[in-house]
Amino acid sequence: MSDATLPKPTAPALQKKRGRILGNPGLVVAALVLGLITLMAVFAPLIAPHDPYVQVLDDRLIPPAFVDAEMSDPRYLLGTDNLGRDYLSRLIYGARISLLIGLLTVLVSGVIGTTLGVAAGYFGGRVDTVVSFLITTRLSLPVVMVALAVVAVAGGSLRVVVLVLGLLLWDRFAVVMRSATMQLRNLEYVAAARSVGCSTPRILLGEILPNLVSALVVVASYEMAQAILLEAALSFLGLGVQPPLPSWGLMVAEAKEVMLFDPWVILLPGLAICILVLAINMLGDGIRDATAPEGRS
Amino acid sequence: MSGEARPILELRNVVKRYSVGRGLFARKRALMAVGGVSLAVQRRQVLGLVGESGCGKSTLAKMVLGLEVPTEGEVLIDGRPIASLGRLERARLVQPVFQDPYSSLNPRKTVASIVGLPLSVHGEGSAAERQGRVEEMLRLVGLAPRHAAAYPSQLSGGQRQRVAIARALILKPQLLICDEPTSALDVSVQAQILNLLMDLQSRLGLTCLFISHNLAVVQMLATRVAVMYLGRVVEEGPTAEVMVHAQHPYSRGLLASVLTPDPSLGLPETGLGSVFPDPLDPPPGCAFHPRCPLAFDRCGVEAPLLLAHRGNARAACHAAERQAMAAA
Repeated sequence: MSDATLPKPTAPALQKKRGRILGNPGLVVAALVLGLITLMAVFAPLIAPHDPYVQVLDDRLIPPAFVDAEMSDPRYLLGTDNLGRDYLSRLIYGARISLLIGLLTVLVSGVIGTTLGVAAGYFGGRVDTVVSFLITTRLSLPVVMVALAVVAVAGGSLRVVVLVLGLLLWDRFAVVMRSATMQLRNLEYVAAARSVGCSTPRILLGEILPNLVSALVVVASYEMAQAILLEAALSFLGLGVQPPLPSWGLMVAEAKEVMLFDPWVILLPGLAICILVLAINMLGDGIRDATAPEGRS
Repeated sequence: MSGEARPILELRNVVKRYSVGRGLFARKRALMAVGGVSLAVQRRQVLGLVGESGCGKSTLAKMVLGLEVPTEGEVLIDGRPIASLGRLERARLVQPVFQDPYSSLNPRKTVASIVGLPLSVHGEGSAAERQGRVEEMLRLVGLAPRHAAAYPSQLSGGQRQRVAIARALILKPQLLICDEPTSALDVSVQAQILNLLMDLQSRLGLTCLFISHNLAVVQMLATRVAVMYLGRVVEEGPTAEVMVHAQHPYSRGLLASVLTPDPSLGLPETGLGSVFPDPLDPPPGCAFHPRCPLAFDRCGVEAPLLLAHRGNARAACHAAERQAMAAA
């Protein structure tokens, strides 16, 4: 009475998992880039060569060495902006704002969206009708317009931006979690958990949620990228984070006055946003591929 | 069925209707999934429930597990109506083994936590005691202790079904509901799982409701057999009697439908045709009469009752009744 195939011991299984992570170059590169940006953000005061707020009006718009070697100044590795602030330091501090906004927004919207979506998918019926109505209502609101209106009334600050984006970006969480939960609800292990006597919260937390994690990671990464972009857009329009905070979006906005003569001023923060968003999306996709249980054999 | 002890499971005229929508403007219609089933399973018995797909077998199982509430009638477990039991109490009495071991185990959990879940839900013992009982249970169902750390995706279908059986038995339930526990497995593995179930049944003295559409499997395991057609029990009795002298023409058709491994024999001739009636619009009288080779005028008018015509088996068939009367 013994089956022919037995599972491999744990060590090779772990090795295989490591192989799946390292065998995905996109995931590795994204993780490295994101790790670097996070370290930069956390240790900004230690890394930044200058105070990002100090204006040296004599040193305005000094180009970095790779733009103009003659005009460049070794004290300012990436040059200075049009108020004479060190650009590298501002970029480093800007990472703090982008990551903070991204993480907090995803936290707020993820909690709202996942709760609504899982409830709708698991209970169905009236709950589902109400949640679906909320989702449709939310989807009919143009995010940027509402965000602009609210920020214009409430005033732009980091807290307001996080709250507005968090309360607006939960729809994708809700839609994805709802349909994923509906599929899981009918699986036999949920019926088995109910037969065993599990309470509803225990089924939701113990059986449903762990199986939503890979979908959750992907949506969260997408929404984080989205929130960072929206913050940049709002700040660019002057309605997000207020100067002199070094938000990358705000830096793009400030640089647009001089972009005809000094395009690198607008290029650097734009590039920073682009790299960060790309890394987050690639990381999300990579984690999903590496953790999906279907491929874990 | 007289003078016996209180049955572990008793169904009293259980009915389950589903309301089926047919689009936005059409009226909803009632689908009778189970139409008045009365059955009893005695302690240490195995009742085999057979019938083709869609006849209400699984709905019946869900009602016994408390996952569905009957529209009418009562499900009694150990003499107590299931509606009056709390979820923990119910779980101690009845446990299921489902059909598909690929969807009945949470892919994110290890075998140990799947098998140990019932114990932790019921707050039994310390963590160490629970671990001990899980290991003991795994040994009982023929798994090695090292399987405890494995995830379901690292196991074969047969091993997964062993895990599902271990989970069902760890609370020592009074009644085990097996809903086609072998039909998703390879034929060679089916035999292993059936041997395991038979072994456990005799060792632990399990009472079992065994649902299957495989008659050979039922013959091997069951002490009694109930044949279902379109939500009703059409024949019920001791396995040997039903298998050898089936009274209902549908049971005979089912017995004739057993596939043979020799492909040159082709599909067996059951004499039933292949049309399953629309459960939304069941035929009047005996639901089986449009397919029945023995049908006569009374069958299209009056629904037959489940009565004993011969021996210890009961059948719901006018033709069987007429035959029995002619013989008497």
